[in-house]
Amino acid sequence: MLDWILAALVLIGASFTLIGSIGLYKLPDFFMRLHGPTKATTLGVGAILIASVLYFSFTTESASLHEILVTVFLFITAPVSAHLMAKSALHIKLKKVERTRSD
Amino acid sequence: MLEMVIPIAFALLALSVLFSFLRLLKGPDLPDRILALDTLYINAIALVVLLGLHLDTALYFEAALLIAVMGFVGTIGLSKYLLRGDIME
Repeated sequence: MLDWILAALVLIGASFTLIGSIGLYKLPDFFMRLHGPTKATTLGVGAILIASVLYFSFTTESASLHEILVTVFLFITAPVSAHLMAKSALHIKLKKVERTRSD
Repeated sequence: MLEMVIPIAFALLALSVLFSFLRLLKGPDLPDRILALDTLYINAIALVVLLGLHLDTALYFEAALLIAVMGFVGTIGLSKYLLRGDIME
């Protein structure tokens, strides 16, 4: 049972990471490209890290919580870095597709 | 089941590294390249954690944490350089 949950979590994480990178490659505009990886990779890496927390907690008979540290750090820093990247792109007045609205 | 899934996950992550690297080569402007580098270090964290699962050792989380910290600092530094023309003022 645990094996199936771990396999599903690892597969979900890897697929979301791949979807984020495909979005980074295919989308037409920097502001659209920012959307893909910053959402999908945190979810993808989060699922893989949860799988590793479960695996090492159940194989070593003691709660293995230092992967949570990586997850929390990523979840805190991903919005900050995305915000700063968008701010710098707005600052240098990056050209955008006309579908991208600005306020 | 996990032993069967881990090579597939390695293949998917390698594909995503490839896509981010293509964007890093192609990206028309500087923020695209910063975003590609950001995605590359997050992919590297996923690969390192998956390698730790594959080899069944808990040695690799410190490496993942270090990559996370250093990648964040690098992204912030590059974005601040674009914003201010200077990293530390």
